[in-house]
Amino acid sequence: MTDNFELAGKSFNSRLIIGTGKYRSFQEMQAAHTASGAEMVTVAVNRVPLDRKTESFLDHLNPEMQILPNTAGCYDAEHAIRTARLAREALETDWVKLEVIGDQTTLLPDNEQTLEAARVLVKEGFIVLPYFSDDLIMAKKLLDAGCPAVMPLAAPIGSGMGVQNPSNIRIMREQLPYATIIVDAGVGVPSDAAFAMELGADAILMNTAIAEAGDAAQMAAAMKLAVEAGRLAYLSGRMPKRLYASASSPIQGAIK
Amino acid sequence: MTITINGEIKELEGEVYLNRLLELFSLPSQRIAVELTREVVRRKDWSSVLVKDADKIEIVHFVGGG
Repeated sequence: MTDNFELAGKSFNSRLIIGTGKYRSFQEMQAAHTASGAEMVTVAVNRVPLDRKTESFLDHLNPEMQILPNTAGCYDAEHAIRTARLAREALETDWVKLEVIGDQTTLLPDNEQTLEAARVLVKEGFIVLPYFSDDLIMAKKLLDAGCPAVMPLAAPIGSGMGVQNPSNIRIMREQLPYATIIVDAGVGVPSDAAFAMELGADAILMNTAIAEAGDAAQMAAAMKLAVEAGRLAYLSGRMPKRLYASASSPIQGAIK
Repeated sequence: MTITINGEIKELEGEVYLNRLLELFSLPSQRIAVELTREVVRRKDWSSVLVKDADKIEIVHFVGGG
């Protein structure tokens, strides 16, 4: 069965998108990337240090991977728009993970500023993948603005708390059956990723869960399997939940 | 003259083209982007855009992120 992940005219085999932050070494990052099977990785835009030679971080990435620049660290639409434009100029890609943060403690998204930035960037020809709080109405507005996918959070960035509001993801899936939904941020362990996929997410974006694992490459392999398992389960259709038991073996015919 | 690059105040002897400015600060020329007074300067224009007194410049590259 072919079940490719289609996004903005591109087809991916993997439904796992991973980050490049927080790894203890480049070697560990590369091993994790390979083990994850991911075909797209996120990177952050940052000021170049002055007066010293700096090696390019991008040289440490598998050149076959698609690079998805983010607008991390931006606290309003204007900064996110400027960051996206810089990323496009430097990387010659129209793709951007739009991230406008509302507060330093929770790193929760500022949905209003995210929508404002998305509208501007879509008009400028960007392929905008917006990270936002898991809200159906905001998802609709972002899709109406021209985003090819929406990326609701599972939990705060780097928290590893897993899907905090499963009903929000389920509602989003049911109400937006044709939208591409990528659960971004908050996954901690493979069961979180599998759960999000079982709820109907089309893909998962994660960073810390792999980078901060004791063995990043092994965790990346586990996440790959979890995303695949969750996807298969979603496509299969789960059994209904029942409050009481339903015997698996025939009740009649048992010896008395 | 005085300019601000990436938030740092720097003294220059006189106006320079952007591509020369990158050399002066030992900056890479590949996979970076330059913004002058909040507008991106396309790579093809680096050799024709002059950096003037009091200009504010941002030069970015990429780092690990999620």
